[in-house]
Amino acid sequence: MSARNAAARLGRLVVAVPYLWLLLFFLVPFGMVLRIALSDSATALPPYAPHFDGFSQLGEFLSGLDFENFRLLGDDELYWQSYLYSLRLAALTTLIALAIGYPLAYAMASVSRRAQGLLVVLVILPFWTSFLIRVYAWIGILRPDGLLDAALMGLGLTSEPLRLLNTEAAVLIGMVYSYLPFMVLPLFATLQKLDRSLLEAAADLGATPLKAFLTVTLPLSLPGILAGSALVFIPAVGEFVIPDLLGGPDTVMIGKVLWNEFFSNRDWPLASAVAIVLLIVLVLPLVLLQRARLARGEAA
Amino acid sequence: MGDVGRGLKGLLAAAALGLALIAGAPAEAQNKELRIYNWSDYVDPEVLDAFKKETGITVVYDTFDQMETVETKLLAGKTGYDLIVVTASFLPRHIPLGLYAPIDSAKVPNLKNAWPEIQQRLAKYDPGNKYAVNYMWGTTGIGYNVAKIKERLGNDAVIDSWSVVFDPEKLKKLSNCGVHVLDAVEEMFPAALRYLGLNPDSKNEADLNKAGDLLRKIRPHIQKFHSSEYINALANGDICLAVGYSGDILQAKKRAEEAKNKVEIAYSIPKEGALMWFDSFVIPKDAANPEAALKFIDFVNRPEMAAKNSDFIQYANGNIASKPLLSAAVRDNPGIYPPDAVMGRLYTITPFDQKSQRLVNRLWTRVKTGK
Repeated sequence: MSARNAAARLGRLVVAVPYLWLLLFFLVPFGMVLRIALSDSATALPPYAPHFDGFSQLGEFLSGLDFENFRLLGDDELYWQSYLYSLRLAALTTLIALAIGYPLAYAMASVSRRAQGLLVVLVILPFWTSFLIRVYAWIGILRPDGLLDAALMGLGLTSEPLRLLNTEAAVLIGMVYSYLPFMVLPLFATLQKLDRSLLEAAADLGATPLKAFLTVTLPLSLPGILAGSALVFIPAVGEFVIPDLLGGPDTVMIGKVLWNEFFSNRDWPLASAVAIVLLIVLVLPLVLLQRARLARGEAA
Repeated sequence: MGDVGRGLKGLLAAAALGLALIAGAPAEAQNKELRIYNWSDYVDPEVLDAFKKETGITVVYDTFDQMETVETKLLAGKTGYDLIVVTASFLPRHIPLGLYAPIDSAKVPNLKNAWPEIQQRLAKYDPGNKYAVNYMWGTTGIGYNVAKIKERLGNDAVIDSWSVVFDPEKLKKLSNCGVHVLDAVEEMFPAALRYLGLNPDSKNEADLNKAGDLLRKIRPHIQKFHSSEYINALANGDICLAVGYSGDILQAKKRAEEAKNKVEIAYSIPKEGALMWFDSFVIPKDAANPEAALKFIDFVNRPEMAAKNSDFIQYANGNIASKPLLSAAVRDNPGIYPPDAVMGRLYTITPFDQKSQRLVNRLWTRVKTGK
């Protein structure tokens, strides 16, 4: 009895560690950012005038609370358009990465164990070079008369430079390229564990390979698809290096807007408000998804 | 990388300090170190070596490529640096906040070599020249690819006016050839105002709106708004024209020459006048070693050292006594040391106040997004 109590206490202690971690490294910084978001921009050190100065003046704070910075985000179409644009571009990146990554992961899962090890190394290999340098390399490939143009024109496929650099297409190429491994690896992990005898059973029962794929492989790899998509989609929404280097004036993503507010405009409060809305935009769908899954689990 | 290096150095310094304490020796190590934060590619490394050799002070030299990064560090609190190079237009915002320690001119005897005209112009940002000592200065003008401009605008085309940028009909001809402009409100608005015949330093809402309208009209022909990428793009021959900093464009010219890629870059100060900017030394109030910082300021203000730096980085310095010692290529280059008539047309601006800053930021974002 007492041993069980001790075990339960230990269990609670073990669970407490990640919660403490979340509290320290997520909730506390979030609170700090929220505090700045509710402040006024000021020429000061640091450059904002907080409305909230500790719990002693809580009443005063609540009565004087103003959401001016958040209101500005709604009023100015620049912000919500950048949010929408970022979501759209991230969704496109995720879809393309899935379209390329799924067959890739599928092929990887189908070869021998030894070859698999080699292929995984090949997928991870680009990480050994700085991300920034790899994105920079794309400038050399995509620039007018760059490597891509030289190759296409050399083959006689095009007659003049494509002018891809500084366009949305260039940003998409850069993002799909950079995030592809995050799609491939979870997919590969799920597909590799897939029980192949299920496919044999499906074939024995008369299913065509396509039908077997759609009714067996695809549903069973759903966790990998979800994990891969989340790993690509979430950082892609906030991406700012790739659109900055490969994009042009038309590719204004919310990460760049945030950077501008923080660094160029010294408007920390507005930048914090942008960050908080971005967080809500990203976390809310995840929470809903989790709820839906839990609800389904309880129903079953 | 820099951060890791610094962290390691800190660790080593701490270890050395520990050893020194054990040995009972005075902890002198930190007095022998000077931490400098400067723009990238903005000093002749030999000057740093000479300083170290003469004074025995180790220089920890970190670089940045955006003033905004520096400002954010300064505003967030302790920077850890003893000497920072700051662009003058940021000073009026920083000085009242008490970010800097005043320069003790008694400890910088070589200030006698300072160029009076530059000092006088710098005083607009730092009244009485109390906190900042000019290092280098330059202009914001037009850099272009000579061959490509001839190809588009004809053999006798002369780039000597802002009209090539601000007249949509003219800029249109360069549209698919590549045009970059600085992504900086405080550079682009004064130029637009000047072209419109208005006061480049105007903070008047109606004036700023007019400048915004003008910039919006030329926006369809601009390929990119960016404050540093044009250096590479010009040097590689990827673009026709860029509105940028004199030194950066001259650096692009140098890089193209070194690469022998047959790209010829030229820099022009438009006849309407151009913005003059100043990069100046400041000592943060919390500097650990202000004495060494003063020594360094004095050292680089020796005429021969100032000349050496300018020859190396191709910028004009604020040290008049160094002028006779400069190489002819730098001294006689009108893009670096403009003739007196051009000097007279260069203008400076004061910073935007909180309200006009938000206004121009909005206008500029509209321009960039084409909304």
